[in-house]
Amino acid sequence: MPNHSFMLNGEKVTVDVEDGVRLLWVLRDVLGVRGPKYGCGINVCKACTSHVNGKAFNPCSVPVEKIGETDEITTIEGLPGTVGADLHPMQEAWIDRDVAQCGYCQPGQIMAAVAVVNKAKAEGREVTDADLDQIRNICRCGTYTRIREAVKAGAAHM
Amino acid sequence: MRTVPGGRAADPGRRRFLGFLVAAPTLAAAAELGLGGSTPAYAALPSGPQPPEIYDLNDMLTDAARATSNLITVVINTDGTASFELPRSENGQGITTSTAMLIAEELDLPVDRVKVTLAPARPELVFNQLTGGSNTTVSTFTPIRVAAAIAKGALLDAAALELGDTVANLTTKAGVVEAPGGRTVSYGDLAAKAAVSSPRRVEVELTTKRDYTVIGTPQNRLDARAAVTGAKQYTLDLDVPDAKPTMICRAPTLNGKPKAIRNRAAVEAMPGITDVALVPTGVAVRGETFGQCIDAVRALDVSWIDGTVAGQSDATVLKALRAAEVPLVVPKLGPLVKTVDADFTFWFRSNSSLEPNCAIADVRKDGAEVWGACKSPITAAEEIATMLGMAPTAVKFHVMEGGGSFGRKLFYDAAVEAAQCSKAIGKPVRLMWHRTDDSRVGRTHPMATTRIRASYAAGEVLTYEQRHTSVKTDFGHGLGEIITALAGKLPVGDIGFSQTIFALTQEVPYNFGATNQLLNEVDLGFNTSSMRNIYSPDVAAARELVVDQLAKKLGKDPYRFRREFTKSERARAVLDKVAQAGSWGRSMAPGTAQGIALHKEYKGVNAVLVEIDCRPGTVNRTVRDGVTGPRVTKVVMAVDVGLAINPRGLEAQMQGGIMDGLANMLTSSLHLQDGAFLEGSWDNYFYTREWNVPPVVEVHIMPSDSEEPGGAGEFGVASTGAAVVCAFARATGTMPTSFPLQHTKPLAFTPKTRIPPVPESPTDGLDHTY
Repeated sequence: MPNHSFMLNGEKVTVDVEDGVRLLWVLRDVLGVRGPKYGCGINVCKACTSHVNGKAFNPCSVPVEKIGETDEITTIEGLPGTVGADLHPMQEAWIDRDVAQCGYCQPGQIMAAVAVVNKAKAEGREVTDADLDQIRNICRCGTYTRIREAVKAGAAHM
Repeated sequence: MRTVPGGRAADPGRRRFLGFLVAAPTLAAAAELGLGGSTPAYAALPSGPQPPEIYDLNDMLTDAARATSNLITVVINTDGTASFELPRSENGQGITTSTAMLIAEELDLPVDRVKVTLAPARPELVFNQLTGGSNTTVSTFTPIRVAAAIAKGALLDAAALELGDTVANLTTKAGVVEAPGGRTVSYGDLAAKAAVSSPRRVEVELTTKRDYTVIGTPQNRLDARAAVTGAKQYTLDLDVPDAKPTMICRAPTLNGKPKAIRNRAAVEAMPGITDVALVPTGVAVRGETFGQCIDAVRALDVSWIDGTVAGQSDATVLKALRAAEVPLVVPKLGPLVKTVDADFTFWFRSNSSLEPNCAIADVRKDGAEVWGACKSPITAAEEIATMLGMAPTAVKFHVMEGGGSFGRKLFYDAAVEAAQCSKAIGKPVRLMWHRTDDSRVGRTHPMATTRIRASYAAGEVLTYEQRHTSVKTDFGHGLGEIITALAGKLPVGDIGFSQTIFALTQEVPYNFGATNQLLNEVDLGFNTSSMRNIYSPDVAAARELVVDQLAKKLGKDPYRFRREFTKSERARAVLDKVAQAGSWGRSMAPGTAQGIALHKEYKGVNAVLVEIDCRPGTVNRTVRDGVTGPRVTKVVMAVDVGLAINPRGLEAQMQGGIMDGLANMLTSSLHLQDGAFLEGSWDNYFYTREWNVPPVVEVHIMPSDSEEPGGAGEFGVASTGAAVVCAFARATGTMPTSFPLQHTKPLAFTPKTRIPPVPESPTDGLDHTY
């Protein structure tokens, strides 16, 4: 089987897995990184949202060979490391607002929220309700009200 | 700091409870899980009130839980923490946190030093390990506190010896006992000293409401940090040795069965695949990664036997329901009495949670172990044992925390299948349903019609009649057994399982004269279960729409009409709260409107005021692969659940229920076509998404004198949905009769294939980064 190397949460990893296996399963089933969740496998529910080179993406829809040796993959486990702290400000905001109910979608929600806020900041503006309306991550517990509060609160500390 | 009489200075006005000190290496105190509450006897059903007013579903579940004489145990550990195995299922409703609060309250220990885990299936608990009906806190409130209070008394006895003083002179604070003069000893140091070597019966009093310092205060969830760091462990995150990813290739019609595999060797040779096996519900594939299992499921060539609803569609099911409808009995009462007649249809809905159906199973010759989130683990273990031909004691069921339930995890379809797969393959399996299967094959909230006739004259409502006709709801998860066991006690006579649930939950909260609600069901072979409540969201939406019609006929404002006709002061208080906080009656633009609704259940009452925007600019918003439609712009809810253990958790449950209420009435349903459901993704099944979320959501928790908690988990759904449809009717001038509104519009998605049964995994993820 071919070897695939990439940067995962700040460290270089090499996995021995067939081409074509989507990155979500390389993370979850081969590397045991279980923060990104399966919710649909077709880039719809967004429960597996992680970052590639600082941008949000869904590893359920990326074959492993499309990730290069220098590509930086960040999962929820590596998010605090991007700010050199125990917790990222968005995670702090999530705890403070007591957002999670069952919690299953929340790693993906937080990774999406960080990307949405970073994008707005890069455009020199605050995150708006219109931005929040475009987030596609689904929460079947219906925690959206607190998610919206937490994204804005987290943004204030990013 | 709190002075503790240790429950010893007997107060004649206070109730005393019995429990046990249990022989264990460290202090373990126990209470009977069936303890608590009063048990009124009902000889006959008075003619005035409806059954839920005297004995509701919660009473039934609490009574069922009372019957067992088995123990739940609070343990004090040498590190100063307390631990407790909760015989219930946590799926996000927050019961591990509220349970820790109850124990912390009695023990005078910080909440974060109480470790609550979920108990495995304990067959000796009989009816006492079923999670449902928003009943967990109602039925466990007293016994958990009794066990903790007994532990506290034993700690104080041991501390008195240790510190050379009397119990009455000791105080406790945050897990430390202090004697006058400042000498202290910690619970951790007392844990072994307070242990007993033989069991002992103990009497205890509980902390009263006026002394609560934890109960009633807002607490964040104890698992919040684990949830946001990805550390929280769900079934699919568990590493059981050799339990490799396993998926099932399913039939093109609902509940179809496999006949033969035509290309077994080719699929066995696919990358990563270790096993292919015929199982009752399809063809199982086991492999190194779930991704490779998906590829194998898609590659399988299988011949199938048609399923239980082959050839059926929405229209044929509706026809069957119409044929089963029983007539309304109130005749037209003459020229002075007028009637409102209404007829509503509620289409199938999916109770999929975000965590798909999944379970781990390791079936060996002499026994089996199963891991999964399950609200009825005793029944699950028994059914798996029967299926495997083993004694019930040979199956160990580990209850995992679930990624959402909404009624889905009352059943254990994946656990049974995982055991079948493990048996067929002869190896441990980690079974996961594809989302498409979870949506199409997983359990549904049954389709139903509701007909209402209300008559009125001279400013009064004289009769209210409601006939609910539904596809059969499956209660084969243990609740049926509870009903059988308690049959003689229920105030509803011998009317069968579903009718019993219906009669014990449905209540018209208004003085509408002769009131009568009935359920009739038809069994059409669907996989059904409750969905964040059973009948109430549909029954209440129909009822509140008719209430608005009655108000209009009698020339009254919808809020004032409800206020005037409701039977209860608590109902009047929540109505007043939302009317005031939501500025009822404010001037609104054409195409927008307010709606108001009231609902009583779970020993509580809530009212909701919503504002809806049905203007073309809003309705016609476009979102890729999404449904927009009317937008609810504001929701104001007031809820009275009696004693709110954790107001922060209660608010969260209400907020979630609000999103379900919107989805039920506006967007989310399943379309049945030619023997199968079409929806196979979250972009087909339109549960509330960010673009549907009301920008303003307010939940007001009413102050209450009650010393007893009521139910919470499902309570926000019915009243919200009802308020939404009432607002829609007022904004558009047309009373809707088919729900969700989206269902009868042109299909908003292209259905995925039935063969292969699951879609291909995309490869273009890097084209959609942001």
